[in-house]
Amino acid sequence: MTHEEIQNIVSGFSDTLTFSEEASEFLNVEVPVDELHKVCSQLKSHSELKFDYLFCVTGMDWGEDLGVIYHLESTEFRHNIVVKVRTSDRENPKMDSVTDIWLTAELHEMEVYDFFGIKFNNHPNLKRLFLPLDWQGYPLRKDYVDEENMIIK
Amino acid sequence: MESTVKSNLKTEEYFINMGPQHPATHGVLRLMLTIDGEIIKNVEPDLGYIHRSIEKMCERDSYQQIVHLTDRMDYLSSHINNEAVCLVVEKALEIEVPERVKVIRTIIGELTRIASHCLWWGVMGMDIGALTTYFYAFRDRELINDIFEETCGARLTMNYNIPGGIMFDIHPNFVKRTKDFITHFKTKIPEYNRLLTGNVIFQKRTKGIGVLTPEDAISFGASGPVARGSGVHCDIRKIHPYSAYDLVQFEESLQTDGDCLARYNVRIEEMWQSLSIIEQLIDNIPEGDTKVTTKAVIKLPKGEYYQRVETARGELGCYVNSTGTKNPYRFKFRSPGLSNLGVINQLATGSKIGDLVAIMSTIDIVVPDIDR
Repeated sequence: MTHEEIQNIVSGFSDTLTFSEEASEFLNVEVPVDELHKVCSQLKSHSELKFDYLFCVTGMDWGEDLGVIYHLESTEFRHNIVVKVRTSDRENPKMDSVTDIWLTAELHEMEVYDFFGIKFNNHPNLKRLFLPLDWQGYPLRKDYVDEENMIIK
Repeated sequence: MESTVKSNLKTEEYFINMGPQHPATHGVLRLMLTIDGEIIKNVEPDLGYIHRSIEKMCERDSYQQIVHLTDRMDYLSSHINNEAVCLVVEKALEIEVPERVKVIRTIIGELTRIASHCLWWGVMGMDIGALTTYFYAFRDRELINDIFEETCGARLTMNYNIPGGIMFDIHPNFVKRTKDFITHFKTKIPEYNRLLTGNVIFQKRTKGIGVLTPEDAISFGASGPVARGSGVHCDIRKIHPYSAYDLVQFEESLQTDGDCLARYNVRIEEMWQSLSIIEQLIDNIPEGDTKVTTKAVIKLPKGEYYQRVETARGELGCYVNSTGTKNPYRFKFRSPGLSNLGVINQLATGSKIGDLVAIMSTIDIVVPDIDR
């Protein structure tokens, strides 16, 4: 399915979505935080889309906004889409977990929480994945400073 | 009488650590097991013992330097990891590398896959009690490492790829030694089968153990032999061909049972397919340059780039977000190991600790790849 056809179907899910193909090989769709779970479950269940393979979950710090990028593929049709969600709340960033839609999200959301501090509602076991449980701060954020352990450029 | 005894027996769940120094965890992975008797109720992996924060280091380094970091993720697929980074940089700069580079990368990539599967086969046998396999596999893997040493200068972390091509041309002995290896190894896979595959104890330890359904495999994001053992068509070399994979004929090895034996058979078959790929290419390495000269300081145009490759363990993805400077703004590795590890609780719940060892072997975890 072409990007245009996918965009036509997905834009019917909600009128708050923004699409972009600029400087990326995939079709990008930006979803508001409160619609993330609804749009994602439709992306998976829609009979012409069937995005059943979540192959990459990336935490992002865009400078002012924090967010997550989901790379999706359909194992049946082999088309892709990239879902982006962002929040400007750096103190207490929160969004819905998609673990109930794609099981792989459980570990990857823990990784995002570990490095970016984004909390996922309804996640079955949200805690730090790699760093020690008592670690202070979220290292992959751009404003993270650790005088002791970081080799400053 | 017996039933009275059974009904009066009380059992209790308890907690036990497997690892971080357990030999079957292949590195420093800690599994927290909840067990009732010998039956596993829950498995929770505890990660991060060798987390080196490669993604954070990437934000500090130039693209040439990042290539070298990736060796240390899945050290058994080091060449393929390097290739992934080089491909994503080449994609962003719109560089078309010479045919010669594509073919050499593919040949060495497939040799890497065979070497990785050799090590897996040896260790898998050892994990479930067949110590001999380890020595047989290492004998053959050594020959591949010798070829690498001669051409790339290193045996494990090769660093042979650079953005734009390969560091230097292949050694004059490369073609002959590779052909010798193919002839040698073709007699060895049947030997592996005679030694281990047909063994009754081995069959009982793996058949019907740790069954993964295709639906779960996809939902857990499993890739590589783990997903293909459940019949999921997921070989990136077939779906999104890169380098010279569109020039060669090969079968994606698929099994449908989804148990440990199926994943085992997928890897054995993959070794045959890798041999076939190398055979098709080794006599037809095109003449030409070994690199396209890039600028000393590589700056990727502003944008997002993604490249997927098939390592010995599954799908490796590189996501690069560039703002146009000499360092990436964000570099994310989608490692096959972390997603594949996700299935472990599902597969092991209800089985015994001995089965967990077999399951871990067939998932083929490499801990630096999970931790990064």
